[in-house]
Amino acid sequence: MSNVPPDLKYARSHEWVRVEGAVATVGITDHAQAELTDIVFVELPSPGRQLSAGENCAVVESVKTASDLYSPVGGEVIEVNQAVVEDPSLVNTDPFDKGWFFKVRLSSMVDVDTLLDAAAYRKQIGGA
Amino acid sequence: MLKHTPLHAAHGRLGARLTGFGGWEMPLQYAGIVEEHLAVRRAAGVFDISHMGNFTVTGPGAAAYLDFCLTNDVNRLAIGQGQYTLLCHEAGGVIDDLYLFRVKPEEFALVVNAARTSDDWDWLQTQVDRAPTRDGFHLRDDSSRFAAVAVQGPRVRGFMEEVIQGGSIAGMLVSTVLDLRRNQWGTFVFQGGPAGVARTGYTGEDGFEIIIGAEQAEALLEALLDRGGPHGLQPAGLGARDTLRTEMGYPLYGHELDESISPLEAGLGTFVALDKRAFIGAEALREQQARGIGRRSIALRMIGKTPTPRPGYPVFVPGADDTPVGRLSSGTSSPSLGCGIGLALVPVAHRAVGTRLNVGIRNRLYPAEVVAKPLYRRPASPG
Repeated sequence: MSNVPPDLKYARSHEWVRVEGAVATVGITDHAQAELTDIVFVELPSPGRQLSAGENCAVVESVKTASDLYSPVGGEVIEVNQAVVEDPSLVNTDPFDKGWFFKVRLSSMVDVDTLLDAAAYRKQIGGA
Repeated sequence: MLKHTPLHAAHGRLGARLTGFGGWEMPLQYAGIVEEHLAVRRAAGVFDISHMGNFTVTGPGAAAYLDFCLTNDVNRLAIGQGQYTLLCHEAGGVIDDLYLFRVKPEEFALVVNAARTSDDWDWLQTQVDRAPTRDGFHLRDDSSRFAAVAVQGPRVRGFMEEVIQGGSIAGMLVSTVLDLRRNQWGTFVFQGGPAGVARTGYTGEDGFEIIIGAEQAEALLEALLDRGGPHGLQPAGLGARDTLRTEMGYPLYGHELDESISPLEAGLGTFVALDKRAFIGAEALREQQARGIGRRSIALRMIGKTPTPRPGYPVFVPGADDTPVGRLSSGTSSPSLGCGIGLALVPVAHRAVGTRLNVGIRNRLYPAEVVAKPLYRRPASPG
């Protein structure tokens, strides 16, 4: 059963968001990493890039497939996780902590309000 | 509607993630592609290969007929020997690549690709009247009667005798399955029924492929997992099968081979006996050989950390980035090498080992180098 931490927000496209003040940290969920299996490559947006909510902004590759990642929130990319670029398997082993992708300075809280809470996301992926 | 092998229920119990392949629903992976891949390289893995087609040709004219249809020299096969060979059409394009075994003096087994089974069968039927022999022969499609598994990896020899016990009763006569040499076939007994065992595989590791009656498939898999488990044997799926064969530079039909590609272009000239008697495609292939082979299948290794090269991605010559010189026929992330690897059909000017090429991935170019096949070489065994 996939881990769905209660304190995070979720996008239907399987990204998670941790909001701390005006900064949102983005990653992919435990369910997503399990579906993708062995992650071998991660391509992240450049710091400074302005993202709109729902924008295709990163790529996650397993041995078998390349998947696009959509930013759940809009804003400026202020930091990316070089550790997952160096060692993409962190996304498999620790998707909610060491496996984060990038941080965004939120342009508005509206995007965050449209995201799913843990219960709704768990329901979406078929969990109890 | 995808077909199921006799091991379908077992795959479910083993937690397989399934995928469609060649008309069959097959395991893509169990524990994960990388884990299964490394298990095969370091210990052992077992694959369901029951989707592959299986034909039998019998009779005094069988050898002459097969020698006419296939590119390799059938007459070099002693009883119990097998060979990799190709089925070509008149223009030299490849209808399928397969393994041919001489099981008895006048009995041959053909193991063909799942997705090509019905095309192969139709083609072989249409060539029956053209065969240059007056001796009789008979073709039989045994595909649905048999299941098959491949047991591959350096530690397979540690438990194989416990599963396939005793000596062979036909084919290569040996007192233990471990005495089979590369490409040899023997018929053994497994739990009272016949089991065809060949020392062959598609991974580059030592190992065996076992063909067995469909009703015995589950018992065989269970025995292998039971005896092999303590040696590190894991069930492995098509995902690992593909990364393993790509590391070896082995062709996969529909990727490195198709009806528009000749075996010479694919670098499989060793398996084309151009000097034997007339065979289908001989004239075209001899002409191609004499004229010079214009394009060749090469192996590429990505330089540095790059996204994964995948089938269909364009290959460019550095400095000529507008027109690709070819496309990747296969491409993956190599679990053994930790980098991207691929195979591509390119003009011969770019085939030399060490040639720098670029691979286009999502509209960016990434550097790669032409390397020798196999891309992966087993480290020398310690001590």
